[in-house]
Amino acid sequence: MMFRIKPAMLKMAAAAWLLGATSAMADTTLEFTQWWEPELPAGSLRKIMDEFEAANPGIKVTLVSGPYATTRDQISVGAATGTLSDIVGLDGAWVNNLNAQNALADMNPMMDASGFDKSQVADIVKVDGKAVMFPVASFVYPVFVNLDLAAQAGVTKLPSTRAEFLEAAKKMTHADKNQYGWVLPLSLQTPSGVQNDMMSWVWASGQSMMADGKPALEGKPVVDMLTFVKSLNDAGTISPGIATKTEQEKVEEFVNNRVGMMIDSLAHVNLIRERNPKLNFDLIPVPVVDGYTGKRGLPYASWGIGISAGSKHQEEAWKLVQYLMSEKVNAKLVSLANAFPGNVNAKPDFVTSDKAFGKAFEIFKTGYLANEFTGLPVAEDLMTQFDVQAQKMLAGEQSPEQAAAAAQKGWMAKF
Amino acid sequence: MTRQKRSHHRLKRAVAPYLYLSPSLVIIGLLMLLPMVTVIGYSFQNSAVLRRDPSFAGLKHYQAIFNDPVFWASLWHTLYFTCMSVIFHMTIGMVFALMLNSDRINPTLRNVLRVLYILPWLFTAVIIAVIWRLLLEPNGVVNSVLMQIGVIGSKVEWFSSPETALHAVTFANIWAGYPLFMVSLLAGLQGIPKDFYEAADIDGAKAYQKLIFITIPQLMPIIISISLLDFIWTMQVFPLIWITTGGGPIYSTEVLSTYTYKLAFSSYNLSQASASAVVILLISLGLTLFYIRYQKAR
Repeated sequence: MMFRIKPAMLKMAAAAWLLGATSAMADTTLEFTQWWEPELPAGSLRKIMDEFEAANPGIKVTLVSGPYATTRDQISVGAATGTLSDIVGLDGAWVNNLNAQNALADMNPMMDASGFDKSQVADIVKVDGKAVMFPVASFVYPVFVNLDLAAQAGVTKLPSTRAEFLEAAKKMTHADKNQYGWVLPLSLQTPSGVQNDMMSWVWASGQSMMADGKPALEGKPVVDMLTFVKSLNDAGTISPGIATKTEQEKVEEFVNNRVGMMIDSLAHVNLIRERNPKLNFDLIPVPVVDGYTGKRGLPYASWGIGISAGSKHQEEAWKLVQYLMSEKVNAKLVSLANAFPGNVNAKPDFVTSDKAFGKAFEIFKTGYLANEFTGLPVAEDLMTQFDVQAQKMLAGEQSPEQAAAAAQKGWMAKF
Repeated sequence: MTRQKRSHHRLKRAVAPYLYLSPSLVIIGLLMLLPMVTVIGYSFQNSAVLRRDPSFAGLKHYQAIFNDPVFWASLWHTLYFTCMSVIFHMTIGMVFALMLNSDRINPTLRNVLRVLYILPWLFTAVIIAVIWRLLLEPNGVVNSVLMQIGVIGSKVEWFSSPETALHAVTFANIWAGYPLFMVSLLAGLQGIPKDFYEAADIDGAKAYQKLIFITIPQLMPIIISISLLDFIWTMQVFPLIWITTGGGPIYSTEVLSTYTYKLAFSSYNLSQASASAVVILLISLGLTLFYIRYQKAR
């Protein structure tokens, strides 16, 4: 009996091995590390991957998903140890470091070889001339205005310039009722307030914090912005607790009618509605310096995508990148994420079905995406340094010029 | 043959203890020694972790952190935060333990107080941080109460003002940590023989004299042991400070743990972060040796 079973088992094992080996030879499995899957409706990213697999026989995609911070650490370690996934979800703030580690592939040759139409993408993030990231989905940061507070304060015209914003913020401020015109989160725990709530004023007016690839914080645009923020603070229009306030607390204060205006991600629209369905708010572009009539820079955060330099399947990985950047697929993905598309021809469905998103889409189309922290070395550290100097300025320890000079010195050391 | 057998038996007896110890030695080696040695190694490398071929840096990263004024500010804040925490943990723990051990308090009330006093110990650091952020925010309950009773004239930004932030996080940590002392001292109090107090009563000793000459000397071994352990643990506190202030405003609540974290995960300077971690390790090691020596002496 034993002698009969053994050859049969061996045959079965050999057949299974052969089957596995042939399918392994036929299929290329791409590993895709990102933080998007947990932030999208359950199963939706997997469904897009299934559709990609159906359209590209022989390529399988394994999703490696985790929260944003975990993904960031995982990618940093993967880049150092040479174990980076074939395709990686990227934040613009990470790409400089990853490029310094030679961890990201240059997508220029892939674009040229496949005849990829570069004009269809909203942006290509380049470091040292290498195309290392495409923003797949962008979350823009307009100004949210509480219309009820504005009406009560007699603000009939929503602000379009900094001077108008200051006036509106003053009118909306009633400290005795715990009500303020603006909210500025500068917690050092998450210093992104520097990017979203401070530098956005510079970019909105078509200005820059950089000059010839180097920091230019002592230039007029940044000093003027700091002076403007200081004037808002001196007028008592900013909700107290600036130095430890986080983005979540900023949104919470807006939801609870405690601040009239805030700069925030469009991604929070649904959250705001859930938390306070009665809140009457509108979206406007970030106000500009008086007299500016050019295109407005729109601050944004993005879900970027790149290919690992060490990937053995770059050709297949590029197919997936192209697929996600294509008009229809990109529109589907950003519709699920409530984000704006990385493909300029893609039109997410929510912009026609939702008034607020429609308005934001108009702002998006008439302006341009601006985030100068994308591609900078140790972007978070730069924000922390600027944050500390801004806090000193708001605490009355230094002038805007001194804050800008101190931040410039710190930044230059990192370049 | 007999000699061979005897020597074999002797060898077995000599090796046996090490074989019994080997599982725990392997675990300690893998989970404690290996990471520790790796981090020490990183502190002597350039671009540790981030490069596959890091070069030797010598003491460069140690020099860099010792030349950084923020490091010295962090060290001072750590010492202030730790010393104040330990002193107040001990004082509050002692007062509450004496209260719970007193026969003058109604037993039912004592049981209620026992539950209430131990509550802070049941919360995780994150919950404690969130509770105190809500209580101490400018529009929070604390400001409201203090303004109502006329202690303060205007809202105080407890965590957001450089003048008050370090005191505020220290206060939150004191609130969170006293139950350890309270429970340990209560156990110690219940172990002091009643005869001592009866003899003192016969001699006409007053309450404070009994406290100074009987209670405290009897509790001294517990006080010293727990104080040393609390000192070591409090020095390494991270989540409470990180969630309440993030080390700010400016650098007013930057402690060694937040300083090291920022070097590692904000600046991606893992070599300097390792050097800073080694400094923390050395300080903790010094305290641990002190603790071990004290335990041995006992």
